[in-house]
Amino acid sequence: MNTPKSDIGRDQVVKIINSVIEKVGAAEDVSREHIYQELKELHDLIEETRKEISASRASDISGTHIPDATDELDEVIAATEVATGTIMDSCDAISSYGDKIGSPHKDILLNEVTKILEACSFQDITGQRINKVVKSIKQIDEKINRLMSVLEDKIPGLPNSVLQDTRQGDAKLLNGPQMPDKAISQSDIDKLLADLF
Amino acid sequence: MSVDKNMNVLIVDDYKTMLRIIGNLLKQLGFTNVDEATDGSMALNMFKEKKYGLVISDWNMEPMSGLDLLKGVRSLPANNNVPFIMVTAESKTENVIIAKQAGVSNYIVKPFNADTLKAKMSSVLGEF
Repeated sequence: MNTPKSDIGRDQVVKIINSVIEKVGAAEDVSREHIYQELKELHDLIEETRKEISASRASDISGTHIPDATDELDEVIAATEVATGTIMDSCDAISSYGDKIGSPHKDILLNEVTKILEACSFQDITGQRINKVVKSIKQIDEKINRLMSVLEDKIPGLPNSVLQDTRQGDAKLLNGPQMPDKAISQSDIDKLLADLF
Repeated sequence: MSVDKNMNVLIVDDYKTMLRIIGNLLKQLGFTNVDEATDGSMALNMFKEKKYGLVISDWNMEPMSGLDLLKGVRSLPANNNVPFIMVTAESKTENVIIAKQAGVSNYIVKPFNADTLKAKMSSVLGEF
């Protein structure tokens, strides 16, 4: 049976407080008032943090800002796809004129059209990069939702777990375009393939 | 042995733009019998209808990825030796190794140009 996340946060806080009581209690020269004061400060600190996060309207981030941002990015993908389609329509039209004018002008024309077509692959690459950003934003959204859930239950603690990559199999290999400083080049891939034979 | 430019070529990508780019480049290289699929499962079904001389496929597609398509093609009794070129933005070393282990014929990292496509096709089909 899975333990609810809010219970995990509550347990963590209780554990910390018990630890403080145990440590302070072990010292003979520490008064009960001092122990109480330590715990009161801990409580006040947590309460202050909770109020600050509530005041920051974190629910707006999850409810409005993140959906808006992902919609905008989806729109970028759609708009660039339409624009790329228009560019490629023009390439097709130019190529068909090339067939009419014949060599050598046809060859020059087709060479330039090829360069435009190659450049049009930006739409695929940027689309994949944007999709990666959208996935990252959605992970942040999940974290905020989890945090809000804890706050709503008036649990005075913040989750501090790090997002783990739980993907498996083929999905674990799909990371999309790499940043230039992390990517391996076509020549690196060629060498690697040659070494694998 | 010369390359038969009338062979059936299958290009697979979930981005229509890429299908069109590769299709146009193939046309300029003289390959006219080009079919398109938008994911691995669609491509695999097309093998039931036709014999292909070359597959050029993206990796990152849903529901069936290019890697699963490659494995599927390699398990086909009738067409398991078809040259298969992976064209993908996945450029980590482990991706290349896994694709090679699955039987990929060559690997092109996006973005690429017409010269690279021609060179890789020549390496698997022979000079044309």
